[in-house]
Amino acid sequence: MDLQTAAQINSFLAAFVLLTAFGMLAQKRIYSLIHLFAWQGFFLSINTAIVAYVAGKHHLYISSVLTLSLKVIALPYILHILVVKLKIRKEVETMVNIPTTMLIGIALVIFSYYLTAPVTELSRLITRSTIAVALATVMIGLLMMITRKKAVTQIIGFLAMENGLFFAATSATYGMPLVVELGVALDVLIAAFIFGIFFFHIHTTFDSLDVEQMTRLKEGD
Amino acid sequence: MNGSIVEILQIVILIGLAPAFAGWIKVVKCRMQGRTSPGLFRPYRDLAKLFSKDIVLAENASWIFRFTPYLVFGTVIIAGAVVPMLSTNLPLSLTADAIVLVGLFGIARFFTALAGMDIGTAFGGMGSSREMMVASLAEPAMLMAIFTVSLLCGSTSLSGIAGTVSGAGFIAKPSLAFAFFAFVLIALAENGRIPVDNPATHLELTMLHEAMILEYSGRHLALIEWAGMMKLFLFMAIGSALFFPFGIDAADNISGIPQAFVFLVVKLGAAGVVLVLIETGLAKMRLFRLTEFLGSAFLMATLGMLSFFILE
Repeated sequence: MDLQTAAQINSFLAAFVLLTAFGMLAQKRIYSLIHLFAWQGFFLSINTAIVAYVAGKHHLYISSVLTLSLKVIALPYILHILVVKLKIRKEVETMVNIPTTMLIGIALVIFSYYLTAPVTELSRLITRSTIAVALATVMIGLLMMITRKKAVTQIIGFLAMENGLFFAATSATYGMPLVVELGVALDVLIAAFIFGIFFFHIHTTFDSLDVEQMTRLKEGD
Repeated sequence: MNGSIVEILQIVILIGLAPAFAGWIKVVKCRMQGRTSPGLFRPYRDLAKLFSKDIVLAENASWIFRFTPYLVFGTVIIAGAVVPMLSTNLPLSLTADAIVLVGLFGIARFFTALAGMDIGTAFGGMGSSREMMVASLAEPAMLMAIFTVSLLCGSTSLSGIAGTVSGAGFIAKPSLAFAFFAFVLIALAENGRIPVDNPATHLELTMLHEAMILEYSGRHLALIEWAGMMKLFLFMAIGSALFFPFGIDAADNISGIPQAFVFLVVKLGAAGVVLVLIETGLAKMRLFRLTEFLGSAFLMATLGMLSFFILE
């Protein structure tokens, strides 16, 4: 596989990552949302493996396997169990309607393109063009966290944001040092468990996962 | 000289084969749903029957109502002369590019909507308003998809695009994939296929396109239905010219035409099967869900354009 083909595959995968990010923004069913999140992790992991091969950085293989096992298998599984246990049947509830969210998403992509344009100029890596996509994925994850009402979807937004950060690290600098990546991976896993516990507590306290209920958490009332 | 012969040949193929293509879709669909199909040549017999019938015209029908079938038929034929089906070497393709093509379909739709309201029945007006709603969402997406491919190829002429994409040294790009998905969604909407409109039903509450032409009869209806089949044929041909232009003859000679014709038939046959798979797998959407459906087509096309700037 020469550099040209690798860059080609890389940009295709970046496009798919962006597409899954938008898919998550548009998705109304919680199970499909989790599946899309798993797909995003899958594209990310393949992309990392390709970058590892092209750049000859062996520690990226480990990151790739970590991504595959954590973000494609473990986290979606945990989320799935949570959704089943908490009996979340309803569709995803949004603050802003979905077409508007998508338009904001497009604006975010353009914004991140302009923001990363100077960075891209400086970089010499073959993955430099995907930095904008990575930043856009982070932004879209953030948008998802802001516009959703339910805690589970907000967490998926958070995890998607983490995906974007990981992608940015891979495309901007061929990945972070292995120690950092291991730490982040562990953090995300622990975070997922803690979120799970929180969900149960929120659910038992308020009988709902709607975070707006939390405004009732005041003293003296 | 050769160019004009190919041009005429193309129009003849469009007019002649469009009903067969519609019949093919029906045959595959019936097979897939375990029914007995009416056969490949049913649309021809239907058209012949309609042509032999008298026209029933409402008393208050104006010239628009009588003129529209001919106009719709004519615009589709002009569009057929521009789309490279057999050869990219078309004299008329210099006069009209992809944007004009969208405009031609726009004219046809505009007059069909007027004709739907002309008689003054409730269904006609309802159909027109629905059709215009779909069009107002589908047309920007269509243009966006075409612009994406045009950016990639540096030309808005369909022949130019087909030439570039089939040429050596062209590598697949993410933006092309996005544009293709957007185009598939738009083609479904523009031709009134299943997730958007059901071509087989005349149920009042669900029909879009059929409601507009409810008052037509006889040869008027035949012309409109024929034009509808040709439009579907043409959309498949546009898709194949933009995204899979293999086998379209590029040289200025007649000898390559039979081969190009075989390629066209094979590609259209495959496109028909894919269309049936989509139609069988999906259910018709509620009218108000259509904004999301077409919105995602627009999103895809826009993402394609953005990824052209970002990733390429």
